[in-house]
Amino acid sequence: MAAKTLTIDGKQISAEEGATVLQAATEAGIKIPTLCHLEGVYDIGACRLCIVEITGIPKLLPACTTKVSEGMDVKTDSERLRKYRRMILELLFAERNHVCAVCVSNGHCELQTLAYSQGMEHVRYDYTFPKWNMDITHRLFGMDHNRCVLCNRCVRVCWHIEGAGTKNVSGRGAKSKIITDLNMPWGDSDSCTECGKCVMSCPTGALFNKGSTVGEMERDRNKLEFIVTAREKKQWIAADL
Amino acid sequence: MKIRLATVWLGGCAGCHMSFLDLDEFLIDLADAVDLVYSPVVDVKDYPENVDLCLIEGAVCNEDNLEILHKIRARTKVLVSFGDCAVTGNVPAMRNPFGIDNVENVLQRAYIENAQNNPSVPKADGIVPQLLENVRPVHEMVSVEYFLPGCPPPAARIKSLVAQLLAGSVPKQEGEQLKFG
Amino acid sequence: MILNDLISIKEKELAGRKKIILRCCMAAGCMSSDSKGVKEQLDKAVANAGLQNEVEVRGVGCMKLCCEGPLVAVDPQDSLYIKVTAENAPLIIGALQGGKTNIPQADPKSAFFAKQFSIVLANSGIIDPERIESYIAMDGYQALHEVLHEMPPKEVVEAMVKSGLRGRGGAGFPTGLKWGTVAKSPGAKKYVVCNADEGDPGAFMDRSVLESDPHSVLEGMAIAAYAVGADQGFIYVRAEYPLAISRLQIAIKQAKQNGLLGAGIFESPFNFNIDLRIGAGAFVCGEETALMSSVEGKRGTPRPRPPFPAESGLFGCPTLLNNVETFANVPAIYRKGAEWFAGIGTEKSKGTKVFALAGKIKNTGLIEVPMGTPLRTIVEEMGGGAPDGGTIKAVQTGGPSGGCIPSQHLDTPVDYESLGKLGSIMGSGGMIVMDQTTNMVEIARFFMEFCMDESCGKCIPCRAGTVQMHHILDKIVNRKATARDLAKLEELCDMVRNTSLCGLGQTAPNPTMSTLRFFRNEYEALLQPDPFGPHANGAAKQPEPATK
Repeated sequence: MAAKTLTIDGKQISAEEGATVLQAATEAGIKIPTLCHLEGVYDIGACRLCIVEITGIPKLLPACTTKVSEGMDVKTDSERLRKYRRMILELLFAERNHVCAVCVSNGHCELQTLAYSQGMEHVRYDYTFPKWNMDITHRLFGMDHNRCVLCNRCVRVCWHIEGAGTKNVSGRGAKSKIITDLNMPWGDSDSCTECGKCVMSCPTGALFNKGSTVGEMERDRNKLEFIVTAREKKQWIAADL
Repeated sequence: MKIRLATVWLGGCAGCHMSFLDLDEFLIDLADAVDLVYSPVVDVKDYPENVDLCLIEGAVCNEDNLEILHKIRARTKVLVSFGDCAVTGNVPAMRNPFGIDNVENVLQRAYIENAQNNPSVPKADGIVPQLLENVRPVHEMVSVEYFLPGCPPPAARIKSLVAQLLAGSVPKQEGEQLKFG
Repeated sequence: MILNDLISIKEKELAGRKKIILRCCMAAGCMSSDSKGVKEQLDKAVANAGLQNEVEVRGVGCMKLCCEGPLVAVDPQDSLYIKVTAENAPLIIGALQGGKTNIPQADPKSAFFAKQFSIVLANSGIIDPERIESYIAMDGYQALHEVLHEMPPKEVVEAMVKSGLRGRGGAGFPTGLKWGTVAKSPGAKKYVVCNADEGDPGAFMDRSVLESDPHSVLEGMAIAAYAVGADQGFIYVRAEYPLAISRLQIAIKQAKQNGLLGAGIFESPFNFNIDLRIGAGAFVCGEETALMSSVEGKRGTPRPRPPFPAESGLFGCPTLLNNVETFANVPAIYRKGAEWFAGIGTEKSKGTKVFALAGKIKNTGLIEVPMGTPLRTIVEEMGGGAPDGGTIKAVQTGGPSGGCIPSQHLDTPVDYESLGKLGSIMGSGGMIVMDQTTNMVEIARFFMEFCMDESCGKCIPCRAGTVQMHHILDKIVNRKATARDLAKLEELCDMVRNTSLCGLGQTAPNPTMSTLRFFRNEYEALLQPDPFGPHANGAAKQPEPATK
């Protein structure tokens, strides 16, 4: 495969043809904030946090789905990008009921970490305080829609790593909801294999192991990476071990 | 003249004030630099005029909260939303998703359904303030200069912000200092 | 089917034509006012008068002046009866025999009709959309024959480039360039998809084309498929258009029976099939990547581009995706020549555009005008201006993705560039006229509510941003907002536009931004004072004591 050389934040780097800007940046030690991206499953470019500026392209493009090209000049950080990223996070916090203080993922939450690392000290938009319920019908796991950011990770791992196809999205817009099978209680699902990959993939406290309390949910992402590395590279080790 | 400091306690658990008291020996330095003109730990009934800095704990939950908040904004130069309840609504705002009639439901649950003796919703006009339809963070009601998230904000975080403000600089807070929860 | 067969169908159709033809509108607008009953009674009245051999009562597609329906036209007398009821039928037949009638008539020479220039709607209201012979009699499918037998695919693409046709779905991408890209994309399997998921509020151009002249779309798709090397087509049509769907089904069946779709069309090696896919009511499925996802049987959500459909579209294959009106232009371009088409319109916008005129205007209905026609001609001369002595305040084009053009810009020619300069877009052709009673902030709120409800929910800026923008607009309308809220609204408009994944989100702020540009005073008049805002009551950034 031919290599491509490009510039990211003024740094000359080379990347494999077909690699995404996000992969190239990560390899070069440049951190781009992400939320819907999850190592091991395909990217959907939905959260828009990884948007970057590319010289010569008027639109902002998501780093996770944009492929590198020769001579590309990428900026991953600017006042404008920082402002947009903070606004996206504020919109997320105002959208559902994210109460960090009483959340199982407090201290291990990607949304919480993104918020402070992007300098979000308060939300300027009016909180919508929608009413969402919880599904705790499953023997092992629970789903709290109040904390869901609709990143779609659970749906993607369920379909493309586990192959069960239990999780999906129903509704549209702000009423979108992660559902189980044909919108039935999780505990009644025939297709769920109880593998727990959805719980491992969740960036917030939306999916949790039953019985865990505030701050107890730590996700074991190594398991997902292990499976993907084994499948794709035939190496029986997790990528970062 | 010393800086006139106030701290107030709206709808919250007083945990932020506890954390404030955890400032330990910094409290002594603070006493040299400020006059504490109004606070739950000071026996002053009315919020005074000409306050330089006010730390507001708690969300805006009832008419009393809102009334004093308007008074605070009118009489204070710099407001700080102090802790997650003030910044986000946090736990007190968890009643909001139950719709616009959440007030009745909350009172019903607390004072009728769960009462062991004499189930009745306390009502004493002028003494017990009416709950607002919705709990809101402080900055949705009045403008706020600075935000100090945390449930509660650790003492070090409080110290950092207050010290910078007293030094007359625009405070810089970043990274984990801004962490909710 | 060979050319001679086609010509003999045409000749037979023309030879069988009766002396008098009563054209009765059977498009959805008039049918909702019982034009079906009118047609039945006309048929009965003809039979009662014993005129079966001289008079044909023909159900036709849209006759354009929708506000006056049901419409019945009489050929060759050239009269056009309006607001016809079933009871009027015997009177109309009586009038044919010299009787008198006081059924109101529209003047076919009025500006509404006289200023029209029909390419896409040339057959609309003339032919019976449920009979392929009726289309063939108007030289239908001759362009397909000529293309298949006399032009290699490369020349077909070149002719399309030469014609200057641009996509009628809204964005105006050069059609020839798109065809060329798909033609050049490597791949054994390619698709042609027709976007008939017309969803803009107040827009009904595509529906009318499908209801009135479905074969023109099929023929256009077949020509496109030959040009790009595709053998399978899909028409993605929304379920809310049952009449259009049924006419398309009939048209596809008849085309197949006549060897105009299927294998070896016109005895050439070219195979092409068209299947319908019925949308389930999501506006976002009009966005091309969401549409393809829906055709594939998945949830209709957009995906980032690139890759563009021309390179990797339906089922990962190169896919040509055009809108109904774009395809409906195609047969005429090959029948009459690319030069002929390029001679119509302006330098950069060729041909005509169909608009659905609606709102506070006397003549609502369908119009087709050459590109470059001033807005004023459309709304004042053809549309007859605002009803009840009102004045026109603004014209909205482009639906929820477009903008409001204020009356001082009515002399703007309608073409892609001029509308873009005013912060609006050509859009698919919805044109909503507003008079002096319209509150522009409410208009902005209406369109924002539409986008909020129709956001697919995939990307955050569109999903959550439209909610917040709608909330602020609602606060402004209800006189609960301050200048701070307005500033937040403008900041959100900028952010949602620049960061959303697909066109729905990227254009959702347009109606708000354009009304803010031209009618800012209406927003500001609703703002409330901000007694507890920043800088109120001596608020400061520093807690410095009053005296040191």
